[in-house]
Amino acid sequence: MNVPLLTVRDLSVEIATDTGTFRAVDGLNFTIPRGKTVAVVGESGSGKSVTAQAIMRILPKVARISSGSILFDDPADRHPPLDVAALDGTSERMRQVRGGRIAMIFQEPMTSLSPLHTVGDQVTEALKIHAKVDDAAAQARAVEVFERVGFPDPKRALVTYPFELSGGLRQRAMIAMALITRPALLVADEPTTALDVTTQAQILDLIRELQADTGMSVLLITHDLGVVANMADEVVVMYRGQVMESGERDEIFRRPRHAYLKALIQAVPRFAMEPGERLTPLRAVKTHATVGTRPATVSPPRNVLDVRSITKSYTLRSGWFSGKLREIRAVDDVSLSLRCGQTLGLVGESGCGKTTVSKMISRAIKPDSGQIHFDDGSGPRDVHRLDGSALTAYRRAVQFVFQDPFSSLNPRMTVYEILTEPLRIHNIGTSDERFARAKDLLDMVGLDRRSLRRYPHSFSGGQRQRLGIARALALEPQVLLCDEPVSALDVSVQAQVLNLLKDLQSALGLSYLFVSHNLAVVDYVADTIAVMCRGHIVEQASAAALFRNPAHPYTSALLAAVPYPDPERPLDFGKLRSGRFSNPAAWPEPYRLAEGDPGVMTDIAPDHRVRMMSTDLARAA
Amino acid sequence: MIGYLLRRGGTMIVTLAIISALVFFIIKLPPGDFLTNQISELRAQGESASVAKAEFLIKQYGLDLPVWQQYLVWIGAWPGPNGFSGLLEGDWGWSFEFDRPVTEVVGDALWLTLLINLVVVVFVHLVSIPIAIYSATRQYSVGDYVATFIGYIGLATPSFLLALVLLYYTNRWFGVSIGGLYDANYSGQPWSWPKISSLMSHLVVPTIVIGLGGTAAMIRRMRANLLDELGKQYFVTARAKGMTPVRALLKYPFRMSLNPFIADIGNLLPHLISGSVLVSLVLSLPTVGPILLSALKSQDQFLAGFILMFVAVLTVVGMLVSDLLLAWLDPRIRLSAR
Repeated sequence: MNVPLLTVRDLSVEIATDTGTFRAVDGLNFTIPRGKTVAVVGESGSGKSVTAQAIMRILPKVARISSGSILFDDPADRHPPLDVAALDGTSERMRQVRGGRIAMIFQEPMTSLSPLHTVGDQVTEALKIHAKVDDAAAQARAVEVFERVGFPDPKRALVTYPFELSGGLRQRAMIAMALITRPALLVADEPTTALDVTTQAQILDLIRELQADTGMSVLLITHDLGVVANMADEVVVMYRGQVMESGERDEIFRRPRHAYLKALIQAVPRFAMEPGERLTPLRAVKTHATVGTRPATVSPPRNVLDVRSITKSYTLRSGWFSGKLREIRAVDDVSLSLRCGQTLGLVGESGCGKTTVSKMISRAIKPDSGQIHFDDGSGPRDVHRLDGSALTAYRRAVQFVFQDPFSSLNPRMTVYEILTEPLRIHNIGTSDERFARAKDLLDMVGLDRRSLRRYPHSFSGGQRQRLGIARALALEPQVLLCDEPVSALDVSVQAQVLNLLKDLQSALGLSYLFVSHNLAVVDYVADTIAVMCRGHIVEQASAAALFRNPAHPYTSALLAAVPYPDPERPLDFGKLRSGRFSNPAAWPEPYRLAEGDPGVMTDIAPDHRVRMMSTDLARAA
Repeated sequence: MIGYLLRRGGTMIVTLAIISALVFFIIKLPPGDFLTNQISELRAQGESASVAKAEFLIKQYGLDLPVWQQYLVWIGAWPGPNGFSGLLEGDWGWSFEFDRPVTEVVGDALWLTLLINLVVVVFVHLVSIPIAIYSATRQYSVGDYVATFIGYIGLATPSFLLALVLLYYTNRWFGVSIGGLYDANYSGQPWSWPKISSLMSHLVVPTIVIGLGGTAAMIRRMRANLLDELGKQYFVTARAKGMTPVRALLKYPFRMSLNPFIADIGNLLPHLISGSVLVSLVLSLPTVGPILLSALKSQDQFLAGFILMFVAVLTVVGMLVSDLLLAWLDPRIRLSAR
């Protein structure tokens, strides 16, 4: 029984590009034992996804398997192992295996399902391709699977469209689709990267449970060492298409031998890092942030931004043909203050309103009530009452760094045009001065000065994000609103960008509002942290205090859901299973918020405030 | 749903009212009208009997009224010399040029126009969709280049030129006259099987001529749409399920790529009338296009106004149909909040 389920031998995949062929996978060897989980870890571009596609034989047209074999020893099949690599990718035999015996789930639950077909249609289809079943039987099986993967109303799921579901439920639908045929191997390509931490923990838990139920093997592809530590039995570390290191999980984490793996582990932000401890990125970037900057004047500490109980509601029409209106409080009585030269972390799951807050600060949208005060040293002024030159000055002083480095840079503009566009808009400098400024900006973010004539597509994700930061710095702002600036980046690059932000802050005296769902990242960069849930700030404290003794149940749930890159500290899946921690009515007293009760922020320690139920209600209870 | 249809119905009526006013006033913009032009011409020739008839017609159709009253009479919202008798009452008016009621002038031509253009639409889709799918799935293959090349020729060739060329060569090589929609000896005859089969054989060349440009354009657009959709993640998901490539293609990316074309139906219907005027003239097809052209030139106001209103109704109805079809086909439009 110790014959491995899948054996990859000397696998090479070549990709044809304009500049010649390039080996994405180069002589790869690994095995997947029966019933076990093998994690393939690496940065983007290391060839891990290409490996998964090769196993499924769904490689893009430009790629082809140039040598090697992928032996699949199906337990349900008495024949000798099947060499998947030798089959024709579109052959009948391969199609039986693909989806039937080896199933796959993908990173993006938003785009992996067709928006035009019901979830039920897409899930039952997977079964109907591989088994002779009628519609009724297929639907019955689908309902069973939906129930197993945790759909609240499995029957309704049959007629639900993907866009009506949350990201977590969509990923569950994908899992249902993969598992309805009871495959022997599940290939999961970054299955939780696009999800919130709590949802991630639940999906990981689900995959583990299903594995225990069915005895299938899992090939888990990820760049998150925390996920690996919690899920994998064996680990394969890939770099540039080759295996750097592989072995048992505990062995790998306890005694990483290869320099690459050591570096990878070093690059992940952890909780309880020493004050002043820096992450070590794989490829460090030097910044020269002293060029052309204003001297950091020592002034009495002041709040550069003061947000006073802002509220924003949206009305939703619930359908095209019906006129019903629903009101959603996206942001409800939020107060924040950002100290000059410091970083305020804003944490919460998707949909909690954190991006809406940053948009109101940048004056992209107007709050329904409340004020935002900005103080550049000359006294606080209400941002939403600014006009004329004061408004222009505010626009210069507050700049945005966006989440997606791929869509936030115009692909038709050169780096020079991108970096000088803010200067042109604000009519600053002659073209010579702008040229000099653009070169300084590249120095600041550690990019080569010669890249000015290049276009964004020729840069990697991390380099593009640095371009985005350089663009934000062009107008010498005082405040940067960073909306999930590293969540689209690999761990290795993430460390690089986080360090860059920290260096720029100390060199330029910048203040950051740092919006993120990743607690470890926020812990690394932020001085104070505010936790948001359903439009409320539920807890606010200094970074150290918040992580040492979180008071609010939601904060502790978020903390508990972060997977540590350490097998000794596994996730407590049982605690996270209930899944009701983002429902204010289900929080234990005194934190419970009844319908319509906004609660009150209460000081529980100096600089540590928690939202609790309104006192009069508490007294009545 | 019913509320939506009522709202849409209301806006359609308002739209048509505005269009009718625009159409009427623009037709009336040049000085004079068909009858006054004719009267002055007749006076110059000294034919007083005809002048009397023309003056009778002016009275009869209220052409001596102010323009806004003429408009209201035309649409039937104002009592004319014969009481309420306008578009709303189903009276399309009188064609001065043909000296017959508009209904009789347009009559067959309207239905033949619709017929020929519907055939063209079907032809365009039947030919272009398979070619587009072939081109998109085999991007940069020899077949793709050939289809692309022919497509560009189709786009670049003026259809009336192609019509002339075909007219000449079919006559020279096959001895067939392809002008008209049926043999000359069937004209004026009641509809019968031989007449219909003659119609069918005469339809082939006009269909190709009128449809070629549209086919080429559709291949290009469909190919581009499909290429976008083929790169989407859900298509990879479908293949990862083990679907056959053809089924996966037709069920997912193809259906997604249809949306822009359904949204285009509203524009397609008026194009049916006005798109083939030149070709109709060259091939002497009895369609509305040439009639509209001559009516506009001679300021035959009721005839021109009726044809233009007919096109407007087709447009507005086409828009409604395409919106309803889109909602039916795309659940995101049907169900999601705005």
